[in-house]
Amino acid sequence: MNEIIPGSGANGEAARDGHSSAPAKLGYSPVAEIPHRLRVTDTDPKAARRAERQVAGMFTLSMVFVILSVIAYVLIDKYTVVYIPVLGDVGASNVVLGFTFGMAVLLIGAGAIQWAKKLMPDVEVVQERHDMVSEKEDDNLAAANYERGKEESGFARYKMIRRSLIGAMVLLPIPIIVVLRDLWITPPGENPTEILSTTMWTKGKRIVSDGTYMPIRPEDLPIGGLVSALPEGILEVQEEEHNLNARGKAAIILVRMDPEQIRSQQGEGWDYNGILAYSKICTHVGCPIALYEQRTHHLLCPCHQSTFDLADSGTVIYGPAARDMPQLPISVDEEGYLIATQDFAVPVGPSFWERDKA
Amino acid sequence: MSTTMDHPVEQVGGVTAKYVDERLGSNKFLGRNLGKVFPDHWSFMLGEIALYSFIVVLLTGTFLTLFYNPSMVEVVYNGSYVPLKGVQMSEAYASSLDISFEVRGGLLIRQMHHWSALIFVAAIAVHMFRVFFTGAFRKPREFNWLVGVGLTALALGAGFTGYSLPDDLLSGTGLQIIRGILQSIPLIGTWAAFLVFGGEFPGTEIIPRLYAAHILLIPGIILALITVHLMMVWTQKHTQFPGPGRTNTNVVGYPLLPVYMAKAGGFFFIVFGIIALIGGLVTVNPIWIFGPYTPDQVSAGTQPDWYIGWLDGALRLMPNWESVIAGFTISWNVLIPSVIIPGILFTGLALYPFLEAWATGDKREHNLLERPRNAPVRTGIGVAAIVFYGILWIGGGNDVIAAAFDLSFNVLAWSLRIGLIVLPPIAFLVTKRICLGLQRKDREKLVHGYESGRVLRLPHGEFIEVHQPLNYKELAIISAKEDLPVLPAPVKSDADGVRNPNYRVDQLRHKLSSFFLRDNIERPTDAEIEAGQAHAAHSAGLEAPLHEYEELDQDPVGHGGVLHHPGMPMTNQEQVDQRQ
Repeated sequence: MNEIIPGSGANGEAARDGHSSAPAKLGYSPVAEIPHRLRVTDTDPKAARRAERQVAGMFTLSMVFVILSVIAYVLIDKYTVVYIPVLGDVGASNVVLGFTFGMAVLLIGAGAIQWAKKLMPDVEVVQERHDMVSEKEDDNLAAANYERGKEESGFARYKMIRRSLIGAMVLLPIPIIVVLRDLWITPPGENPTEILSTTMWTKGKRIVSDGTYMPIRPEDLPIGGLVSALPEGILEVQEEEHNLNARGKAAIILVRMDPEQIRSQQGEGWDYNGILAYSKICTHVGCPIALYEQRTHHLLCPCHQSTFDLADSGTVIYGPAARDMPQLPISVDEEGYLIATQDFAVPVGPSFWERDKA
Repeated sequence: MSTTMDHPVEQVGGVTAKYVDERLGSNKFLGRNLGKVFPDHWSFMLGEIALYSFIVVLLTGTFLTLFYNPSMVEVVYNGSYVPLKGVQMSEAYASSLDISFEVRGGLLIRQMHHWSALIFVAAIAVHMFRVFFTGAFRKPREFNWLVGVGLTALALGAGFTGYSLPDDLLSGTGLQIIRGILQSIPLIGTWAAFLVFGGEFPGTEIIPRLYAAHILLIPGIILALITVHLMMVWTQKHTQFPGPGRTNTNVVGYPLLPVYMAKAGGFFFIVFGIIALIGGLVTVNPIWIFGPYTPDQVSAGTQPDWYIGWLDGALRLMPNWESVIAGFTISWNVLIPSVIIPGILFTGLALYPFLEAWATGDKREHNLLERPRNAPVRTGIGVAAIVFYGILWIGGGNDVIAAAFDLSFNVLAWSLRIGLIVLPPIAFLVTKRICLGLQRKDREKLVHGYESGRVLRLPHGEFIEVHQPLNYKELAIISAKEDLPVLPAPVKSDADGVRNPNYRVDQLRHKLSSFFLRDNIERPTDAEIEAGQAHAAHSAGLEAPLHEYEELDQDPVGHGGVLHHPGMPMTNQEQVDQRQ
């Protein structure tokens, strides 16, 4: 039982080789039998009875909690909010249901484990393992069956059948992949590059503020101020298309700074008296940006901290974004409201393969 | 009359046992397996936590499907949560709010679902650490490691798809990032994004699609893989840590019925109960605060669920590289952190057992777990990978950390970037050194016993430090170390001048094997151990007369097979005999 076989041969070959020549027992375990100490519950009948009562007590208490949880479900109004220290203001129904149901479940587990630990035998048992490799007999049988199958089917003989079957199996998945094409039912004449490169902005489109959807006059914007804005008619487009796609591309921010402080822009005269319009969608992976530091004119993305300098053409000054924030050229119409003078010159949002082909 | 004789099970299991057996032959299986032995160790519970939290995920998730509506159709909210009254939102978000406010117990179940999903992924991670650091993935368990890696990836997928379903502002922002990542894939990325979202982002298709993946596809595969995972554990029998009486060819532990069943079954209820308590007492993902998703809103300081944090950190720490080749844009700044790095990590994870076995030339079956110190290179690689992951994870919260500790954001970000490259190798070297130091200490203990720290003056004036022999348990654990020699260097050509066609491969393998094994501190031979322990026992024996009266009441220590101490603890057999 306690024989010891050294772990490795001189050159390691015997040790490395598979099952047959490997040492049967690794590890030096000179104690033949596994030592065991008696528990109090093994020697003291009083302690054993106490453990029995504990286990039964836990199972009983579990039943009590089940009843309490049903009572709580019925009696506690679902809108009642209570203040509990540490937890804060919480829904009373949620807390009580969670506590009572959790205790009901937990006590069954605790009881079962107490039972196992105190009253069931804690004597460890030894079982032999067998190598995973099959017995020679099974091995032979499998090989014989395989050979027979190969022979009877003629898989090796009928080259033409074999090759055509392999060919058929290889091609079979193709339709399964092809049918995925209509995951996007493409409207005629549309392609992703063009969709990603155009937004709702057109020449003369009024800029409305997000939230009120009212057109904006230049004098509404104080120097240093930032306003989230959208093209006029965005709600109608959303209504018509039943989605938020247009919004996701057309969202802009308006900032106003002292014209002296504007070092550069993406186009000549794209500002209006120091008011600049930039896309709100980060060029990194597309998070909307709204953290603006008016003193430095830096715009910071809350997702991955890309930072753009709006006084300097929206260039990236820090972070993982590679592209400048696209600028929207703006002006005012005859009624004095801010308008776009054209669409963005480059695609907004994250880069894509065909971006520079657009 | 003879029926009960033919079916002894009928006497204990009643007519049902007989009825089932006559139809399925189930007693053959039960007879073999009710007594199946499972070894016990606290770390074996980690995988159990994963399994049980998954069951809780399934149960709570089924409840949620009864109320949740995976639709992006816009509705006006008119529920009881006042701040959102009259607000336009998707039906998905509105039904998630209803689950939270109108369905009694709905919030509890939703929070239990979220918490158990978080615990599921966390338990998988630590279970995987246990399997990795103890070498449990070695032959014959490589397939099960692969299944485990697959389950890890699926768990992340299950988590992410579920996180996106409420269609609140946070989850939508996560989807927006996924869109950006898809678009960064060269050649097919733009189309992939349009196909996944059913057109332009955000569209109206993504929530129903994620729902199908989240409640059918992914859990179906997870369930199938868990079944395979457990069947393999069953067939191969669980590994065990070295200890008294434990060898590579036996399994020492408790039988399935009743002890293991009571413990494992009880533990399921414990995990379930704790998740219910957390779900009731600790808020997770309060979606009503975030508001409905709209692609032009975001809140600052947003954080994904913990298991996605490392990917977000990778996105943050990556420099802003982008190239335009032949007019086509390749966004390295997105592609590398979100596609290439995870791809490399998961591939490396999947291949590791095969790489290590190939490098060390180890083809043996391993049923005894290896202590991490006895595989210093493996342990070092594991720690280096954890450090790499950890830095990415910290990077995922760098804005929050910078704000909380009043650090310069740029300094923190650059420290993390540099740390990501520099720290893993340092962690590797330090870990390896520590392991080798522990190996030396172990060797020391085997050949000299413990240093007791007590100095003894012998009658003839000599001073000795008393060494004590190891106790039986420690002796069994430490001496279970296995050594493998480095694979020999290949020869370029044999004596007859015939070139070795595999020279380059063999040379690489020799070098890798040397990398893994050359610093190993060899285990002393059995004779050396016996001699060392006997010597220690002798020195301890010299001291014995001085204080034997002090130790009369104390637990005696068995001194292995070397000195059969009369006070050695009772053996199994003796105990069983005594009971009878």
